[in-house]
Amino acid sequence: MNSIVLRMAWRNLWRHGKRTWLTVGAMIFSNSLLVFAISLQFGSYQMMIDNSLQAFSGHIQLQHPSYLEQPKMRYAINDIDARAQQLRDELGLTSISARATGFALASSEERSYGLQLLGVDARHEPEVSTLPGLIRRGRYLEPGAREEIVIGSLLARNLRIEPGDELSFLGSGFDDSFAAGVVTVVGIFESGNADLDRSVAQVNLAYFQDSFAMGGAGHSIVIRAAQVDDVDALMTSINSGLQGSEKVAVRHWDELQPGLRQAIRADMTSAWFMYTVLIVLVAFSVLNTQLMSVLERTREFGTMMALGLRPARLGILVMLETGMMTGLGLLLGIALGALITAYLSVVGFSYPGMAEMAVKFNLPERMYPTISALSLSLGPVIVACASLLAAIYPALRLNRLRPIEAMRAV
Amino acid sequence: MLSVANLHLRTLLTLSWRNLWRNHRRTGIMLGAIAIGVWAMIFMTALMRGMVDDMLNQGIHNLPGHIQVQDPTYLDDPNVVNSIAAPGAELRKQLDQLGAVAWATRIKVPAVIASERETRGINLIGIEPAVEASISGLPALLASGRFLESDQDSGIIVGARLAERLETRLGKRVVIMSQDPDNNIRERGFRIVGIYRARLPALEEFNVYAARETLQKLLRIEGRISQLILVGDDYRDIAPLYRRLDQLLPSTLQARTWYQVDSYLAAMFNMMDGFVLVWVIIIFLALSFGLVNTLVMAIFERVREIGLIQALGMRPGLIVCQILLESLLLLLIGLGIGNGLALITIKPLESGLDISAVAEGMAMMGASSVLYPKLTTADLLLANSIVIVLGILTSILPAWRAARLDPVRALNTT
Repeated sequence: MNSIVLRMAWRNLWRHGKRTWLTVGAMIFSNSLLVFAISLQFGSYQMMIDNSLQAFSGHIQLQHPSYLEQPKMRYAINDIDARAQQLRDELGLTSISARATGFALASSEERSYGLQLLGVDARHEPEVSTLPGLIRRGRYLEPGAREEIVIGSLLARNLRIEPGDELSFLGSGFDDSFAAGVVTVVGIFESGNADLDRSVAQVNLAYFQDSFAMGGAGHSIVIRAAQVDDVDALMTSINSGLQGSEKVAVRHWDELQPGLRQAIRADMTSAWFMYTVLIVLVAFSVLNTQLMSVLERTREFGTMMALGLRPARLGILVMLETGMMTGLGLLLGIALGALITAYLSVVGFSYPGMAEMAVKFNLPERMYPTISALSLSLGPVIVACASLLAAIYPALRLNRLRPIEAMRAV
Repeated sequence: MLSVANLHLRTLLTLSWRNLWRNHRRTGIMLGAIAIGVWAMIFMTALMRGMVDDMLNQGIHNLPGHIQVQDPTYLDDPNVVNSIAAPGAELRKQLDQLGAVAWATRIKVPAVIASERETRGINLIGIEPAVEASISGLPALLASGRFLESDQDSGIIVGARLAERLETRLGKRVVIMSQDPDNNIRERGFRIVGIYRARLPALEEFNVYAARETLQKLLRIEGRISQLILVGDDYRDIAPLYRRLDQLLPSTLQARTWYQVDSYLAAMFNMMDGFVLVWVIIIFLALSFGLVNTLVMAIFERVREIGLIQALGMRPGLIVCQILLESLLLLLIGLGIGNGLALITIKPLESGLDISAVAEGMAMMGASSVLYPKLTTADLLLANSIVIVLGILTSILPAWRAARLDPVRALNTT
């Protein structure tokens, strides 16, 4: 590629400055919009996953193979404490905690409500779930303490109880016996997730096991990875460590919260439909411009061919022009998009009604788009590829040019 | 005078039409772009409308009702203590004359259900079986068994998922426990007479239905109810009914419309129009670059010609008109194709688009796994008028500049 072709391409571009700018303008518009929308999307998906998983379910859980489909008391894992400790040792990860789950009818002096009672390991629970850190009044469970309970804020309000009050609970134990007890409320948590705040209460695992006649058994070992990206590797090493013990299934967060991934996928699909339309419209713009610029230069191209230029060289010229135009649109689009996104990532972004939507998906009320190399480049690069594809037809048309006829063309 | 204007118009129209096809490739590409843009505007809007409409209908069925009346404390604390007196004879008559499609009294309290094997927490709902079809549409969801037959029916209806969780089935007995106003635990055995399947499976696990009077007896709240539910003609226009109702009620009761009860539904409802507008405008903007480009180039090629007709005495105003007419014709044909494409693609989908691959994700948003696109005249008009009005507006600048060409210079350009 010699510099003369480059120079010709660049000059050709500015023979119709207005047309070039209008085409580049379409690219800048679409590119900056894509940069902003994709940054916002990536940011909110990441936050949705983190917030939903950190609140409660963790990244990975070890359960009885039937427990996922039928969360019943009898589908338990034996010696759950020892197993959890073994995992902590093997994986070198402390954010692993054992839980047992049961259903109970809780009664305060005035009220009675059904609730999901969890037996947790108070030493390790704060490392896998954000709930212990969200105690608004009182304190979290003391490790090893018995007859202590922490409950959600809405449940506390409905039961009309405060820290220090007593609560009796009644449920059915592992062997279908009555499980009952009287506990003191030591803390009240408020997660902002109405489901958790309305229906969950936690006691110490050992106390739960005694009350529900579970022996040393429990229902899940919850594992929180340092990052979502580590989950797959972690799954592999857990599975390889489990060889031989068939009574345990390792569950990915995808299985624990199938709605999450699917909500993201549904949102992705509709978003990419919109992006595709924008990209196609830009491609049409490029096709229009390049086809016209080739057609109006028929005489010129005819002369150049008569002078000995091969059609392929002319095709390269046209593609080069498109490439330059696209490059301009790419750089300016990314710059403008990054500017807008950077501004909004500082001041935040919101629209009427977003707060109500956000709560449903564990998102904050204002969104702060996160800029990454991928979110900056993904949209614009696709736009650039589509533009280059659109220019192929005008470039190939040059093969059909006959120098003599072309030079006679008006 | 009129005939002169008429003649002008016809000449201009012929000129514009022929000009449009002088460069048929360019026109064709632009038409393609407009058609795809308009198709995308309408298609996407119809899908979103369909989804949101479905969500709202589902959501309102689950609340249920367009308007709910209850004790002000009940919303925060849905306990049996916060019940209200059932409407007396006079209020019943007034409610009948209110112009609502249906109204019903309802009991809704938290309770515990136990089978031989399992225990779960539920919402225990006492209904008036005769009108329930208009209130929550429950009878239509019945998968097996029978619906409740009277206000004193001693059976209950549970969701399929709950029956599965409880390891019980139709005809079996379960025990329901809840508290009375004095916090005594009341319990009673019920036979499962019907099993329903909800379009949002999560609901199946929580809502259990029994006859209203049976529950009043069980909970020791004879003559009292949790809520009064009203359903109007159209959820979009519920304010008049609300005003009429509000005058009837004593100040101790609180009436709330569906959009006050559920802020998520209200947000979806309000956001939808905004979304449609933003989407249509974004697509239009992406199109406008091409439109202006096409006009600018069409004018550029014809500088000499425009100079000539100006020299022959055509007024600048008419030149602007002619170019705008050209743009209008382009837009109209593009719109025609785009609308046609949208109709062709939406019609076959109206029987439902299966998106069960992301069913649980849709359930998170409150929508079901079958999408019914909904094409509304208002959206169609909105998309078309925005394209025409903004399209003409963006064409004014190039047209005006063409009309300001100096005939002598224009004639001399090569």
